[in-house]
Amino acid sequence: MQEVLLSLQHIKKDFGEGEVLSDISLDVHRGEFVTLLGASGCGKTTTLRIISGLETADEGRVLLGGRDMTDLPPEKRPVNTVFQSYALFPHMNVEKNVAYGLRLRGMDKRAIDKRVREMLELVQMSEHAGRMPSQLSGGQRQRIAIARALALEPELLLLDEPLGALDLQLRRQMQVELKRLQKQLGITFIYITHDQEEAVNMSDRIAVMRSGRFEQIGTPEEIYDAPMTRYVAQFIGRSTILTGTVKSVSGDTAVIMDENGSYPVDATRARLVPGKVCELCVRTERMRVSREPVPGFSLPCTVKEARYAGGSVLTYVTMAGGAEAVATGEERMADAAQPGDTVYLCWNPAQAAVIGGASHGA
Amino acid sequence: MAHNGDALRRREKRRSILFTLPMALFAALLVALPLIYVLGTSLVESGQDFSLGATFTLENYRRILRADYLLVFLNSLQLAFFTTVISLLIGYPFAYCMARAGRKWRFILMMLVIIPFWTSALVRIYGWKILLQGNGLINTVLKRLGLIETSIKFLGSYGSVLLAMVYCMISFMILPCHSAVDKMDFTLVEAARDLGAPPWRAFLTVTLPLTTPGILAGCVLVFVPCVGIFYLSDIMGGGLMLIGNLIRDQLLKVRDWNFGSALSMVLVLLTAGIYAVYRKCGGKDLGVF
Amino acid sequence: MTAKRRRKRKLFSPIYLTLVLIILYLPILMVIIYSFNSGRTIGAWQGFTTSWYTRLFGNALMADALKNSLILAVLSSALAGIIGTLGAIGLTRSHFRSAGLVETVATLPMMIPELVLGMAYLALFTAIGVKLGMGALILTHTTFCIPYVFINVKSRLIGMDPALEEAARDLGASPMRVLRDITLPLIMPSVVSGMMLSAAMSLDDVVISFFVTSAETTTLPLKVYTGLRSGGTPEINALSTLMLGAIFLAVALSQLLRARSDKKLNSAQ
Repeated sequence: MQEVLLSLQHIKKDFGEGEVLSDISLDVHRGEFVTLLGASGCGKTTTLRIISGLETADEGRVLLGGRDMTDLPPEKRPVNTVFQSYALFPHMNVEKNVAYGLRLRGMDKRAIDKRVREMLELVQMSEHAGRMPSQLSGGQRQRIAIARALALEPELLLLDEPLGALDLQLRRQMQVELKRLQKQLGITFIYITHDQEEAVNMSDRIAVMRSGRFEQIGTPEEIYDAPMTRYVAQFIGRSTILTGTVKSVSGDTAVIMDENGSYPVDATRARLVPGKVCELCVRTERMRVSREPVPGFSLPCTVKEARYAGGSVLTYVTMAGGAEAVATGEERMADAAQPGDTVYLCWNPAQAAVIGGASHGA
Repeated sequence: MAHNGDALRRREKRRSILFTLPMALFAALLVALPLIYVLGTSLVESGQDFSLGATFTLENYRRILRADYLLVFLNSLQLAFFTTVISLLIGYPFAYCMARAGRKWRFILMMLVIIPFWTSALVRIYGWKILLQGNGLINTVLKRLGLIETSIKFLGSYGSVLLAMVYCMISFMILPCHSAVDKMDFTLVEAARDLGAPPWRAFLTVTLPLTTPGILAGCVLVFVPCVGIFYLSDIMGGGLMLIGNLIRDQLLKVRDWNFGSALSMVLVLLTAGIYAVYRKCGGKDLGVF
Repeated sequence: MTAKRRRKRKLFSPIYLTLVLIILYLPILMVIIYSFNSGRTIGAWQGFTTSWYTRLFGNALMADALKNSLILAVLSSALAGIIGTLGAIGLTRSHFRSAGLVETVATLPMMIPELVLGMAYLALFTAIGVKLGMGALILTHTTFCIPYVFINVKSRLIGMDPALEEAARDLGASPMRVLRDITLPLIMPSVVSGMMLSAAMSLDDVVISFFVTSAETTTLPLKVYTGLRSGGTPEINALSTLMLGAIFLAVALSQLLRARSDKKLNSAQ
């Protein structure tokens, strides 16, 4: 186990209109890339601001490298932030923006110049040193904001939806670059986003937040393959969630029954006993349709629509009990089932997760 | 219950209070205190200063109810009302055209409106006096054109006072109306046109309701100073008695400070009443456009 | 809309704008023109002269009034600049119980008739024995200038991205340092334009000055006022023209500053 760098302990925050954070705890290891993922208003920005010191928690402690920082003002914390709006000082040029924190530290002029040059090189903005922020594009401002925060060699870098204002292509490119920077410098990142794809692509661990609590904290794989709650299952990726009752358990396999039919689940990863209600999450890309009944599965349904989704066909079906599901199928529309056809849903039981069950590896 | 960061917050609050202190002192000593003193003076018997030994009375207020004083109030309100209506009728179209003009022009127009706004009303009214006098430019032009034989005596008429009032106040109407029209999203008008509204209908149902806050602000900004103005009718001549003139006469000619104070308090109440109504109608902060 | 009607509308706007502007500026122009009139009265035009200006500059009383007005404008706008700016920062950055009250009372001079305030000052100052004259003028002018600075600065502060100040804190600046490095430079254009307007208001004020000044202290607008009440002289025209010039400069400068800083800040967001 690596050294714990940041430790949030039982943080509570209330702005007077109900709790924004209700007792959250999180440990972040040195060198880790942790993403706080959640819809807007879930408390992720407040969490970040409590770490940076721009907000103080009502209760709970913030520890950095074992030192209690709860009562330190932001300027005394070895933590820097990349703001969502970039917050570049409009009256200072790029160079002065990057040098600002260094100047406050009282570094000598030559050392500052050198460091600024290094940072601008790092984010590939050397030729723009003399520009004013208003003369830069969104992506360029983003780079300067990162350089400014990194110039102080923070132990922890906080990024508040840093790519939110960029267009999709630039966003993808910056994702790669940010990840590269993080690996290269070995700095711990705490990253906020509401974009689950971004979170899955970049993070070592993801903390999914909802109404001031962590729903699940885990690696992208864990979150994806073994969602702990229905919310996590629905928030990340596309999936169909089936709710049924355990009918029988034999060895590694249990059979679940609901109004749509019956299907097998992998019983090794969840404690299943007959009569227990069980929610199963099947990822859309792992859901298949077959024209013939599949052994073990009894899920007949009617095709509503087949839609081409670039490289594969998505089949929208209505199950016998009336529930809707989406499956990924053929590569070409010509091979797809027609609306009105009867098809049978199936999947690899090892790839479907019982919500609240343990992950694959466990 | 004690929270983390309470000490920090307290320190920040203390700093804020320290920053605000000089302004609070000015507000207390040079705004609140004088007004309270006037209120006090208005409540003691004629000829007495406001002090502990003074005799308390409502007589000064009762005197205002005399018919000739009420007429003065009525005159002032009527003049203010006419001024506001005329300013709106001239100023709104001006503000609208200004806001719809090109970017480059708008800045120049703005400057041209703001400059008279900040120059002495006194001097500008004086200019009108020069224009309107018996041998002034307007009479001369009219005579040359053969429209009149003898000079018209403009000065001193109700019309000339009204003209001067509108002239002094119209910037206060133009500026808020302009900012309202300027802030409006004109795709809304296009949407209305697209849905089949003729231009006048689009104006009445979209532009006008959306710029009402600006119109309201403009009306308050024109009406309120109009009620209290005192030297305008003096300079234009004609001896139209307004609240302002009445108060000034009580202070400087009759030297009945107590009655003058009572009149002032009524004027302040009137002003406060207009603001209250304005706020009730959802009016925003006045002052920056 | 037919092409003809569209053309009509396109023509209406510039014609209307020009017409109103002409009416707006004609009287001002008259004052300026007649300041060069060689006639003794403000009546008919009798030829060009600059003698009124020479006379004006030779007049010791006028020079005194000019000096007074300038000192008053500079001091009261500077004081209002400091007090109003501090107040705006204090009131927008943290909320304490009496904040709303302080704001309302401090901005009251913008709303209530000057006449009321003027008489209130005279009554109070006489009652508690404050000496009328320059000191009283500076105090009262500062009071009615504060709202202009306050409101200008406050609206700029509210429009500012709070993340800018937070970023500075985050990079290691103490609250005082943030004020010096970030807040003040960013609000400075509003402070200056508020002070310019204050100076213009002060240079323009008749009513309040009328009440709080002493017999020995006079200001330019008071000179104009007394001159006009007795019918007006070309000398007053010349004086007015000079005042117009000064105010024109102040307004133009403050507008330019505001436009420039708006551009800078808007494009930065």
